[in-house]
Amino acid sequence: MKITVNGEPREIAADTLQQALDALGHGDARVATAVNEAFVPAAARAETRLAPGDRVEILAPRQGG
Amino acid sequence: MRLYGTELSSRLMLGTAQYPSPAILAEAFRRSGAGIATVSLRREAAGGDGGAFWDLVRDLGVRILPNTAGCHSAREAVTTARMAREMFGTPWIKLEVIGHADTLQPDPWGLVEAARELCADGFEVFPYTTEDLVLAERLLDAGCGVLMPWGAPIGTGLGLSNRHGLRSLRAQFPEVPMVVDAGLGLPSQAAEAMEMGFDAVLLNTAVARAGDPAAMAEGFAKAVEAGRLGYEADPMEPRDMAAPSTPLIGRAVLA
Repeated sequence: MKITVNGEPREIAADTLQQALDALGHGDARVATAVNEAFVPAAARAETRLAPGDRVEILAPRQGG
Repeated sequence: MRLYGTELSSRLMLGTAQYPSPAILAEAFRRSGAGIATVSLRREAAGGDGGAFWDLVRDLGVRILPNTAGCHSAREAVTTARMAREMFGTPWIKLEVIGHADTLQPDPWGLVEAARELCADGFEVFPYTTEDLVLAERLLDAGCGVLMPWGAPIGTGLGLSNRHGLRSLRAQFPEVPMVVDAGLGLPSQAAEAMEMGFDAVLLNTAVARAGDPAAMAEGFAKAVEAGRLGYEADPMEPRDMAAPSTPLIGRAVLA
């Protein structure tokens, strides 16, 4: 399935957001997620189904001012 | 100083960006005595575990204030805030909704809209705002318990570019905790903000981009403390004409 991850087109075999995270190698990583510009809490990732063309954002703690 | 019910011993808040190295960042925090660190959320590379920077910040032993830096709409900022709340486990959010690319000036309308939504959702919002009195009132109406007016545009180091406006804002809402955020370049500018009665200052570039960030961090810490003492000590009124400080009585006649 073709989706966009952090602005990049990706071909990923995943039905849910959690499966996509696993496929991308994030596993239990400390990341926060959004799908189509809406926040998806960690607890909801396994039930959040992805559709072709979905835009997934995977963010992590970084330096900030 | 209390911000949203949390007692803080330091009136200096420090950003975590742009330091030459993680070790220098940690040393700057140690010498600053800052009790709050600002952080952000950014895209994670595939396979990344998001852990290295988070471990560094956690080891600082300070409170975390995540920001919504780079957001140009209320919607983006609200989504980022929700992601940050889960990531960092805090209801605190430094709310930035940028309205102008060159000055990074806040978008007042977007800021109020995002503040209203986040306050209603249980966030404790620290809005990055201008010295505008009407905007300040709208932010307070939206539920903000702290205001963070700019000293000057982010990263400029220009100091307090609208002293009259800042004084007027401070006087208008004497009970509201206010943090001068952004635009400071020198410790003397931080001292001036504190002498004006602001409760704290937040800075990043002035420390991180100094030749010796740790020394500059300590310089700012001392300036903030000095400025606050000056404010609390009830300064004298300036006057136009000289007034001798040494008594005239008992003066010898030698002429």
